[in-house]
Amino acid sequence: MRIHVTVNGSEHDVETEANMTLLDFLRDGLRLTGTKECCAVGECGACTVLVDGRAVNSCLMLTAESDGGEVTTIEGLAAGGKLSVLQDAFLASGAVQCGFCIPGQVVAAHHLLARNPHPTLDEVKEGLSGNLCRCGGYMQICAAVVAAGRANR
Amino acid sequence: MVPFAFARPATLSETFAVLDEHGDEASLLAGGTDLVIELRNRSRRPKVVIDLKRVAELRPGISERGGWLTITATTAMTDVQENALVQMWFPALVDAAATVGSVQIRNRATLAGNMCHASPAADTAPPLLVYGAVVNVASARGARRVKLDEFLVGPRQTVLQRGEVVTSIDLPIATERRAATFVRITRRRGVDLATVSLCCLVDASGSTRFAYGAVGPRPFLVADETGALSDPSADDESKSTVLRALLEQASPISDVRGSREYREAMLLVMSRRALLSSIERLGAA
Ligand code: FES
Ligand code: FES
Repeated sequence: MRIHVTVNGSEHDVETEANMTLLDFLRDGLRLTGTKECCAVGECGACTVLVDGRAVNSCLMLTAESDGGEVTTIEGLAAGGKLSVLQDAFLASGAVQCGFCIPGQVVAAHHLLARNPHPTLDEVKEGLSGNLCRCGGYMQICAAVVAAGRANR
Repeated sequence: MVPFAFARPATLSETFAVLDEHGDEASLLAGGTDLVIELRNRSRRPKVVIDLKRVAELRPGISERGGWLTITATTAMTDVQENALVQMWFPALVDAAATVGSVQIRNRATLAGNMCHASPAADTAPPLLVYGAVVNVASARGARRVKLDEFLVGPRQTVLQRGEVVTSIDLPIATERRAATFVRITRRRGVDLATVSLCCLVDASGSTRFAYGAVGPRPFLVADETGALSDPSADDESKSTVLRALLEQASPISDVRGSREYREAMLLVMSRRALLSSIERLGAA
């Protein structure tokens, strides 16, 4: 079926199979491989993207569902080649170990900050509870998001 | 995923037409957080998936009318959680919706879908049951209203017949003072199914309702109308006797989340705690 979707600001008018997930479309169709596939059942958050401003697991969405919508992936967060405050905070806090979970963590945190610009540590933990890190870098990840919230003031 | 056709009806009548044509070979898609998993692991192999999100009559929405609050079929958990009317009248539903999956899941998963999927551990079932939810069902043959307690039949089983769609869930707005508490045990905080969940509602007339999840083939509702449970001056021992009798319907099994014995022990403890908290809240209200 034919769909029209805006990804990171650029419009795509494409033919898609009904049985293709949004995750596969982003990675294989558009070659936006920042979004990761891990559990593929909605438990790890590695595939987190924004659809119409809301964080979702792209492994649990069919591409066809995004027709007419706006998708933002990790590739769409840096503006004009400059990392966002949040992305800088991840670097400064040493939150990135192997890096595999990080795109999902950053997009989920971006969504959290959009709704709650100055979250407490507990609010960050709750907001990121759908994102697993196999390197176990939770303290640094949460610290990065709290710091980004402070920097927003 | 096995290939399937994708239907995007714009109205309910178009939806019924596709459903009548394909019957059991059609799967309804709302939030997709359960369905897409089943499509991928091939436990469901529909010929056609019907996306309900473009059906005009089912657009996300929560509205009040004639003493009922109506939550449409495509309303996501996040919207239920954040709605001021739900927060005011059905706070235990807010607490339960807030425990579903993760932010990402709640941004997609729908309240109606949580009921249609009919998991024994469905988080929002216990509050919906104690609040007296009614499910609105429609098909080409007409509409009917089904009490949630009758709607849920068993694991993954509802009373929905071929050709039928859930259009919304109705909650009666109480005129009487009441208070409810939702409690849940999980192994970890995010993205886990309940080991035991329950909701306890006490109202000013003295009636107490409990609904339980994850301790039987389906979430179930029990009530004490004698006033024994809600009486703040009654002693713990007599309350526990009443609670044990109510809990006879529970038939927990052992699985990865906990043993039968653990669940049985926790049921009584959690019921007592939820009851105390509801009585306290009623007093404070
Ligand atoms: S890959 Fe989507 S949640 Fe794990
Ligand atoms: S940094 Fe390695 S999985 Fe999170």
